[in-house]
Amino acid sequence: MQSTTRAFKANVRKAIVEPGLQKALGMMKTGFQVRRLAAVEKLPEFEQLRDQARDIKNHVLENLDFYLERFERKVTEAGGKVHWCRSAEEAREAILGICRGVGAKTVTKGKSMIAEEIALNDFLEEEGIEPIETDLGEYIIQLRGEPPSHIIAPAIHLNKTDVIDAFQKAHTHLDPNRPMEEPTALLEEARGVLRPKFLAADVGITGANFMIAETGSTIIVTNEGNGDLTQILPKAHVVLASLEKLVPTFEDAATILRLLARSATGQEFSVYTTVSTGPRRPDDLDGPAEFHVVLLDNGRSDILGTEFQDMLRCIRCSACLNHCPVYATVGGHAYGWVYPGPMGAVLTPTLIGIEESGHLPNASTFCGRCESVCPMRIPLPKMMRHWREREFERHLSPPSVRAGLAFWAWFAKRPRLYRLATGLAARLLGLFGRAHGRYGWLPLASGWTRGREFPAPEGQTFMSQWRKRSRA
Amino acid sequence: MNEARSQILGSIRRALKRGPLPPEKAAAIEARLRDPKPNLIPARAGGEAKAVIELFSTMAEGAAATLTRVKSAREVPGAVAEYLASQNLPAAFVMAPDPELDAIPWSERPTLSIRRGKTEGADQVSVTGAFAAIAETGTLMMTSGPDHPSTLNFLPETHVVVLPASKVVGPYEEAWTRLRAKHGGSLPRTVNFVTGPSRSGDIEQRLLMGAHGPRRLHVVLIEG
Ligand code: SF4
Repeated sequence: MQSTTRAFKANVRKAIVEPGLQKALGMMKTGFQVRRLAAVEKLPEFEQLRDQARDIKNHVLENLDFYLERFERKVTEAGGKVHWCRSAEEAREAILGICRGVGAKTVTKGKSMIAEEIALNDFLEEEGIEPIETDLGEYIIQLRGEPPSHIIAPAIHLNKTDVIDAFQKAHTHLDPNRPMEEPTALLEEARGVLRPKFLAADVGITGANFMIAETGSTIIVTNEGNGDLTQILPKAHVVLASLEKLVPTFEDAATILRLLARSATGQEFSVYTTVSTGPRRPDDLDGPAEFHVVLLDNGRSDILGTEFQDMLRCIRCSACLNHCPVYATVGGHAYGWVYPGPMGAVLTPTLIGIEESGHLPNASTFCGRCESVCPMRIPLPKMMRHWREREFERHLSPPSVRAGLAFWAWFAKRPRLYRLATGLAARLLGLFGRAHGRYGWLPLASGWTRGREFPAPEGQTFMSQWRKRSRA
Repeated sequence: MNEARSQILGSIRRALKRGPLPPEKAAAIEARLRDPKPNLIPARAGGEAKAVIELFSTMAEGAAATLTRVKSAREVPGAVAEYLASQNLPAAFVMAPDPELDAIPWSERPTLSIRRGKTEGADQVSVTGAFAAIAETGTLMMTSGPDHPSTLNFLPETHVVVLPASKVVGPYEEAWTRLRAKHGGSLPRTVNFVTGPSRSGDIEQRLLMGAHGPRRLHVVLIEG
C-alpha cells in the first residue's frame, strides 16, 4: 500500500472537519469500549492471563528460528507447503505462483492486514486475477476503492448511506428502487452477491491469527464465517502470515484466544475459531486440495533484539485503537498506511522507516490508555518515546523543534534564571489574562492556541507554590 | 526460496545474538511440544458435570444459539421436526454421514426428508453432530472428516447440532486433549469452534445476524 504518512498533518486537518467521519467515530466509545470492559469484568483471571500471554510470546520470540523450522516441518508432514518470503514482493510472487498453478481466475479473501501490507489486491488485478474481499467491511471498502481504516472494523469510518451508495453503484443487476434503508437488507444483499463468488473461487486467501508449531496448524478468528467459506470451498487455501504469529501449542493459543475477542469486540469468544492443518485428507468430502503458508518477514526479523521487539507480541486485537483519543479524533486513514492508532504509530516506523512516518510516534497525548488495555502488555507509549528519541538523534525532527528544545535546555540548566523567567511570565500572563481567564492567542504558541485556548495562570508557578506549601 | 529461508533464519539468529539453538535447549522445547501443558484455566470452566452442562447452555444461549433438551436419542427426530416447524422451515435437511446420527431412529418421523453428504449450497438446513462442546463460552467443536463435511457448518442458513451431554467439557483444553487422544499426531484438516450463529458489526457497528454463515444455530442436547 502506498503510504501517505508523510502527509499526516494535512490528513488530520481534513479528517477533523469531516462530518461523516466524525459521526462514525463518535459511535466508538459506546461500542468497543463499553463492551470490552463488560467482558473483562466477567473474567476474573483476565490480568493473570495477560501475564501468561506476554510470557508465551516472549518465549517464542527468543526461540523464533527454532519454532519456525518446527512449524515448517509439521506443515510439510501434513501435506502443506511453507513459502519463506523476505519482502512484500517475494510474498506476492509466491501467491501468484500458487494461483497460476491451479489456473486461478478469481480469488476470495478473508480479512488480512498482511495482504494490505503487501498490496496484494492491486497486484493480482494487474496479473489478471480478480481478488474478492469477503469480510463485509472489507467488501464495502473494496467497492469504494479505499484502504481499511481500522484493523478489525475496516469500514468503521463509513455511515450507512455510504454503504447504500457503494451497493447502488456496484450491484447494477439489482432493482435500483429496492429498499435499502435497513442495515439487514444491506447485509442480505452482500450475502447474496458474495455467495456465488465463494463457490466459484479457485483460490482462497486468509490471514492467520496464530500458527501452531506443535502441529503445523494455522488459526483464524472471524464472526461472519467468510474466512471459512474462503478456505474450504476453493482448490487451494493460502495462509498469509507474518513470522511472529507463532505459538508453541494449542494450549498457548487458547490462553491468548481468551484475551483476543474480549479485548477486541468484547465478545466472550468470536463466533468462528478455525484450526486448519494441511490440505483435505483422502477420504474427506470437502476442503481444499492444497494448503500453502506464505510466511512473511518484511522487516520483522530486524525488530527482534531492538527496543521495539515487544511490538512483535501484538495480536492485532485493536483495543489500543479503540481506546485512543487521537484515533477517535482523526480516524484510521489519517495515519496514511496499513496500521493506524497506537500500534501503528509504533509498528509503521519499523516497517517503512522513521523518515517516512516520523509524525506517527508524535501523534500521541501519552495518556497511556493503549498500554493499559493492551492484552499483550506492550509498552506502546514507551516505544513511541523511543521513536521520538531516534528521530531527534538522527536530526529528523524539524529545525524549529530542535531550536526550541536547545533553547529550553540552556534555560533549564540554569535553575535560578529559569525560576526568575517563568515566575515573571506566570505573573504577567496572570495579570493580563485575569479578565478573560484564558488566551485565544499567544506569541510562539499559535500552533497550540489554534485549536484550543490557553488558560491564564493564577499568578504563581507550581514550584513557588510548592515551596510555600512545604514551608507552611 | 531456500535462500530466503536461510536469510530469514540467519537474520533472526543475528538479532538474537546466537547461532542455532544449542541441542539441550532444542530438546527441552521439543519435550514441551510433545507433552503440552495447559496454562491457567479460568475457574468458571471447572465444576461438576451437571454444572458444566448448565454453563454450556447458558453461554450458548448468550451467544444467540438456541437449545432444546431431550431425554434420549429417540426424541431427537421429534425435536428437530418441531424446531424446523417453529421456524417455518421445510422438514428437509442434509445430514452429516455420521454413524452416531445414523443410529437415531429418524424413520419414526416419516415426514422428515433427509439427504446424507456434503452440501454445495442448495440446502437450507443441515444436521450434524459435534466432536465436543465447550461450556466456558458455549462453543461447539466440530472436526472435518468423512463423517462430517465442513461445508455443513457454513453454507446452510440453519445448522442443527445433535449433542449428547457426554460431549460437553469445561475448557477448550479438555476438548483438545480428547482430540489428541482420538487422532494422535495427525489432526483432522479442519477443526471448527463455533459460538453462536454468524454475525457482522461492519455497518455502523450494529450487530447483524447471519452474515455469511448460518443465521440460526440450534442445539439438541441429549441428556441421560
Ligand atoms: S498493540 Fe496491543 S492492544 Fe494494540 S492491537 Fe496489538 S495487542 Fe491489541
